[in-house]
Amino acid sequence: MAEQTGVLTGPPAPNGDTKVAPPRPSRFQGTLYRGREGMWSWVLHRITGVSIYFFLLVHILDTALVRVSPQAYNAVIGTYKHPIMGFGETALVAAIGFHALNGLRIILIDFWSQGTKHQRLMFWIVIALWVILLAGFVPRQMMNIFSE
Amino acid sequence: MTSSTIEAPRSPRPVARKRRVNWEKWGWLYMRGSGVLLIVLIAAHLFTNLIAGQGGVKAIDFAFVGGKWSNPFWKVWDTLLLWLALIHGSNGMRTIVNDYVSNPKVRKTMLIALLASSVVLLLLGTLVIYTFDPCPAGSLPSDLPSFCPAQ
Ligand code: HEM
Repeated sequence: MAEQTGVLTGPPAPNGDTKVAPPRPSRFQGTLYRGREGMWSWVLHRITGVSIYFFLLVHILDTALVRVSPQAYNAVIGTYKHPIMGFGETALVAAIGFHALNGLRIILIDFWSQGTKHQRLMFWIVIALWVILLAGFVPRQMMNIFSE
Repeated sequence: MTSSTIEAPRSPRPVARKRRVNWEKWGWLYMRGSGVLLIVLIAAHLFTNLIAGQGGVKAIDFAFVGGKWSNPFWKVWDTLLLWLALIHGSNGMRTIVNDYVSNPKVRKTMLIALLASSVVLLLLGTLVIYTFDPCPAGSLPSDLPSFCPAQ
């Protein structure tokens, strides 16, 4: 009798071949949906969406200061020039980048006839494009943070 | 696998009710439509504000905003960004509140707060863009864009 396997590992080989070990169930492998690319993309989409939303609330308010006075606006934007805020800004761009790319993936799953079939592959394409985007942005951003 | 017949339901479908607007469907479509537009709007927003200038956020100040908003193109761009992103974001937050808040009273309160804050911020933001004065009287000339008479 084989060891306890996850749902996705499938039935034992019909010919009773014992040489082929069933894939080891991973900690992240629960059911067809839970614990796989589908779930993690959803978790990340939700977390990034909420984060961007709260940033947007603050961003509308800080920009509204241009209506108060140039000094008020410059004072608040001045705090954004601190390195800590620079790292926050990096995280923000990373969050928007993931949310935007994965948003396109969601749209393709919904409207493209082959979308659901390729959703896992599309998740890894999203990750690859996201890494490329950040490889372009982060070095530049670090130069800006540490230049003076 | 044996096939089985599904019995006809006891009662037929109710007689056609008055057709109502399917708001959830339009909300769902809006998330996708606005999402595609937001990619373009946000990409240009980040590019002009963080990449094109020298030094990223360090190049942003009142004079920078004054320069951008003296161009109607950026006023319209930022208005679209404001409305599409805030409605997309608060509709997304509505989904999340509906998912996690099971107490009906708390949920209703949160949804009203979400709606109220969105309306206030949409009005505030729009007002700021269209009543903006790049050369307010009594400011330090060094704070103002170069095209201001006080400069
Ligand atoms: C950059 C372009 C963007 C794209 C392509 C995009 C796309 C999407 C899509 C397709 C959904 C799923 C909606 C559904 O399942 O019905 C979604 C959800 C959401 N988005 Fe965006 N979005 C973008 C920008 C933003 C921005 C700027 C914000 C914040 C203001 C935001 C906040 C949210 C939130 C809070 C959700 C709900 C997440 C959830 O239900 O788990 N998104 N987005």
